[in-house]
Amino acid sequence: MKKSIVKAEKLTKIYIRGTEEVFAVNGIDLEIYDGDFIALMGPSGSGKTTLLDLIGCLDNASSGSLEVFGRNVSNVKESALVGLRRGHIGFIFQDFLLIPSLTAIENVELSLYFARRPQERKKLLQLFDKVGLGHCVNHLPKEMSGGERQRVAIARALAVTPKFLIADEPTGNLDTKSSQEIFDIFKKINKEEGLTIILATHNPKLGSRADRVIYLKDGKIVSKEESSLY
Amino acid sequence: MNVFSVAAKNLTRKKVRTVLTIGGVAIAIAVLVSLWGFDTGYQRSLNADIDKMGYQLLVTAKGCPYEAATLMLQGGGGLRYMDESVYQKIVGDPRIDKITPQLVATSYDPARQAGKGGVSLYMGIEKSYLDLKPWSKFKLGKWFSSDDADEVIMGYEVAEYEQRAPGDKIFIPGRNEVLTVVGIFERNGTQDDGIIFMPLKTTQKIFELPGKLTGIGIKLKDMRQIAKFEEDLYNVPGIQIISLAQVKGTILNLISSAKAMTNSVALIAVLIAIIGVANTILMSVFERTSEIGVMKAIGASRLDIFKIVWVETTLICIGGGILGNCIALFGGQTIEYVLKKVLPYAPKGRLVVITPDILLVAFVGALVMGLVAGLYPAFRASSMKPIEAIRKGE
Repeated sequence: MKKSIVKAEKLTKIYIRGTEEVFAVNGIDLEIYDGDFIALMGPSGSGKTTLLDLIGCLDNASSGSLEVFGRNVSNVKESALVGLRRGHIGFIFQDFLLIPSLTAIENVELSLYFARRPQERKKLLQLFDKVGLGHCVNHLPKEMSGGERQRVAIARALAVTPKFLIADEPTGNLDTKSSQEIFDIFKKINKEEGLTIILATHNPKLGSRADRVIYLKDGKIVSKEESSLY
Repeated sequence: MNVFSVAAKNLTRKKVRTVLTIGGVAIAIAVLVSLWGFDTGYQRSLNADIDKMGYQLLVTAKGCPYEAATLMLQGGGGLRYMDESVYQKIVGDPRIDKITPQLVATSYDPARQAGKGGVSLYMGIEKSYLDLKPWSKFKLGKWFSSDDADEVIMGYEVAEYEQRAPGDKIFIPGRNEVLTVVGIFERNGTQDDGIIFMPLKTTQKIFELPGKLTGIGIKLKDMRQIAKFEEDLYNVPGIQIISLAQVKGTILNLISSAKAMTNSVALIAVLIAIIGVANTILMSVFERTSEIGVMKAIGASRLDIFKIVWVETTLICIGGGILGNCIALFGGQTIEYVLKKVLPYAPKGRLVVITPDILLVAFVGALVMGLVAGLYPAFRASSMKPIEAIRKGE
């Protein structure tokens, strides 16, 4: 039986916009198991990113409960969330968000430094080979293409051997070929290493390659499997 | 990879901004170091000047003590005169080790300073003058042939300036007197280098001041008797006694008020530098909001972020400290040249003396500046919530 690593019940996140309350995530029930490959899909403003932020322990919920690795994190202080994220959750963003002054390998080393996990450069080089980046280990982000930068971001996320990976529109800024290649890397990691991956995407073709597809609309889950409702 | 290398590499991203900020700190530090160097150098030179006078007490005609201080240090132009009888009265005092009478006089020489005109300084002395200044040696020539000879001995600098040698004749403007150069003193680094010496009697005759003196230099056998000696002479009419300690105090009092003002200016420069650095780093923090958010997302603690920003600020200030020290060290001569031009009285020696202690204190000061300036930007950066920072930067 698969082990549950994320369990959300009536999970709600409300933002205040002026005098109006906006339900970015509205009473979501969701359970994610070890080894899952889940795609969150839905139109802009449907709550994909907010849900990923909550699951990734980057933000607190307004109400409901959220358990990550069996610990209730729905209303935990940032200082405690850092400990949960550090070395357990990997993040990949649409804009890559690499540190521009650091080379590809230094960006990865920095995440290991923050995770308090010194790692040998030899192992890091193997990781770079794994994501197809062996040729630009010492390149600065500005010297790399969008696809290459996203691979560095993947290497950065994987270096700390996380328990699950959160990717927010990882192919949003990439061309079709690069998007396919990045998605192939995700599939490979999920299949070969059993790493849990939760990603948000607008691309139905890529989304359909995930094991489970969750469709969101107005902060609610409208379907957990079928793509016809989107 | 650690916070130091991340901070150092961040500074290379906006090179011009980093260089300008370091420059601002460097200027503040250079001003500080120069002022401290001036303070040290001025006091040292002043002490050296006074110590090289050879006497502990100067008896002068009653008048302004500031004038008297100038007279002591610069041989100022015969300000007030006292009667030679005062000398006769004091000379036999058993507490006196050495004593010498002096008459200082000036004459305007239109040929000086390449035709611009200037004042030549003359001093009438007796052989006892050399007893009080044993370091005054002859470079060329010898002492006067008699007590009333029409002869001069020139200080090193004035002889060099006028290209004189023993045997030359010199003319005293306005007095229609021609005297013979019989000797030239070696350079001794005091005001004596710029004085033309004559026998006391000759000076009294040429400048029509018979029986007059401007000062009497005295060295006592026992320095502890100075207070009692001064007290005993207190009742002699028309004179005042100035001790070395008084002269030092008078001049140091005069410069201490100016020093307080310049220190205030330096302090303002340091404050401006701190605000400038804090502003620059704060701006850089806001520009990197999303990066800071990502670093927090991938596991950086508040302390990690705080350290990165704090180290950046400190590195800038350390750079500024090193550069400022270099500017002060290598620009010291220019500062000294300017100071000597603007100061009414400048001692003979180096005016700006920058010691290793000053450099070390300035460096530590720059470090502290960095630590202070970095506090607020580091606090702001470390307080950012990761998700807000990531979204704000997008």
